Amino acid sequence: MNSPKQPPVTDRYSPSLSRLGYPTNLFACEQTFETVNETIGSVVLQDRQPRPWWIGFIVAFALLMVFFFAVAWLLIRGVGIWGINIPVAWGFAIVNFVWWIGIAHAGTFISAILLLMFQHWRTAINRFAEAMTLFAVACAGLFPLLHLGRPWVFYWILPYPDTMGMWPQFRSPLVWDVFAVGTYFTVSLLFWFLGLIPDLATVRDRARKNWQKKFYGVLALGWRNSAAHWQRHQIAYLLLAGLATPLVLSVHSVVSLDFAVAQVPGWHSTMFPPYFVAGAIYSGFAMVLTIVIPVRKVYRLENLITLRHFNNMANVMLVTGLIVAYGYFIEAFMSWYSGDIFDQYMMTNRVFGPYGWVFWALMFFNVVVPQSLWSARIRRNPLTLFLVAFSINIGMWLERFVIVITSLHRDFVPSSWGMFFPTVWDWATLFGSIGLFLTLLFLFIRFLPMIAISESRELVAEPQKAMTT
Amino acid sequence: MSEKNLFGLAAEFETQDELFRAAEKAFAEGYRKMDGFAPFPIEGLADALGKKNRVPLMVLLGGIIGGAGAYYMQWYANVISFPINIGGRPMHSWPSFIPITFELTVLCAALTAFFGALATSGLPRPYHPMFNLPDFARASQDRFFLCIETRDPAFDPAKTREFLQSLHPLQVAEVPK
Repeated sequence: MNSPKQPPVTDRYSPSLSRLGYPTNLFACEQTFETVNETIGSVVLQDRQPRPWWIGFIVAFALLMVFFFAVAWLLIRGVGIWGINIPVAWGFAIVNFVWWIGIAHAGTFISAILLLMFQHWRTAINRFAEAMTLFAVACAGLFPLLHLGRPWVFYWILPYPDTMGMWPQFRSPLVWDVFAVGTYFTVSLLFWFLGLIPDLATVRDRARKNWQKKFYGVLALGWRNSAAHWQRHQIAYLLLAGLATPLVLSVHSVVSLDFAVAQVPGWHSTMFPPYFVAGAIYSGFAMVLTIVIPVRKVYRLENLITLRHFNNMANVMLVTGLIVAYGYFIEAFMSWYSGDIFDQYMMTNRVFGPYGWVFWALMFFNVVVPQSLWSARIRRNPLTLFLVAFSINIGMWLERFVIVITSLHRDFVPSSWGMFFPTVWDWATLFGSIGLFLTLLFLFIRFLPMIAISESRELVAEPQKAMTT
Repeated sequence: MSEKNLFGLAAEFETQDELFRAAEKAFAEGYRKMDGFAPFPIEGLADALGKKNRVPLMVLLGGIIGGAGAYYMQWYANVISFPINIGGRPMHSWPSFIPITFELTVLCAALTAFFGALATSGLPRPYHPMFNLPDFARASQDRFFLCIETRDPAFDPAKTREFLQSLHPLQVAEVPK
């Protein structure tokens, strides 16, 4: 667990602050090319992993088995094992889908948008956030597929000249979703892997064992750090960032159109796209923090992921959280102001109806708790920040529950009202998907460099970049 | 080593500024078949070495093809091949074709960016003579290299070595094929 070569750990390092209260240095202590390579590279090259990695991996893997079990039972028995029925036909599958795809958005936001805005502080967390994006999109994509009823014919939704002579209905937001999520996954994968290639080459060059040389050698694709490689790599990376930026805004907008295009009270609203995008970035940053804080502690990355990163991420959460809270307010206001009896009833039912307690829990986790981020002490304390981020993860899941289930269970005609109660299989699939996500994440931490090594070297070479606030 | 078995001569530098100046001097000296190696991208180094970059143009074309193709696909499928009248809306209801047109523009441009960058760099290529250079692993860590290849018309074993020595590198080494 302790490598003798590691630079001194400065857990209680207090950063020097600028007049506005920002820490002035990106990296907490004097870093050189060698300490950067060593700190990040050693995590993947050392044989023994710290005990917390094993504990986490075993728990995640056990949850993954739960997921496989739940999915196998679903394929055998069909979607009837879930609590869904008419009127609530969407249930947990769509709640979980929107939750996961929202979590994914922070990764793209951190990598692409902050890259275009020259926010060099992103370097310590972007690779990690990109990996998180990829795994979260993978989890998200599974839910609509499993919800199809006959997932093995999912390809019917893709446009191909089939023998039935049919085409997908391209005017349907559900078909837009397939293209949006598919594109998002592919572009995230390309962006992540393109950024990873020089780092894989670094690990290849540092590897001492034969299997490591081969494994990283193959993945590095023969990268030679040549000026020509860098030139094409940099422009392609920048262009991918430029493409991913509108893409990330479009994906959650398209997801929100699944709801907004429908006529159900509580869904049919022009506010949904921006409100969903803000919520996505909010939940994504919360998930990044939930994972990065323990990882930083276990792998002693305090020198690379500093309190300044936490402070910046907490600020983003505070802003997007306020946008989301504004969204809740406008939703309530518009349903009253519309004068539409169904819309007005939807809001009353949402707040005081049978699922009212979910709404109030949502308000607590998503609106009340995050207000503590106004305090700089809470933003700069990893433990309190972890608790706030965890609360937002729960809150954002509840938000999707409120939108999907309370809107559907009582729509227009009282005779068609009904209740939705999740079954054990609903819960098993939700927690199982968390197992899938965490298993992939633990394998990523173990086998791939989790911080962008070459970009960190660049910051060491040009420290003035790291100073920009 | 005979020139037949030689890939080139490589000079090793300690800082990026030394490599950059060396690249400029080598270009001024008339060398073209050469490459620089550094642990991170150095702005302007590829230009100083005379490397051209066609990736942006390829990405633009990829995006245009993706967007036009996506719109054509939707129009053909929902207007010509399989028209369905839904609530009397026009068959060619173009606003609802925009999301997929956008997504596929991004997808095709991104695929072009990724594969274009790899292809123009000649990757994947597991073996390359540069890897024969004993110290080359440090190109991904803390060393900067300039390699002039034997296939450059201006290459001359003795003169090129002398030229590289004049740049005050840490050392000049032969890169075997």
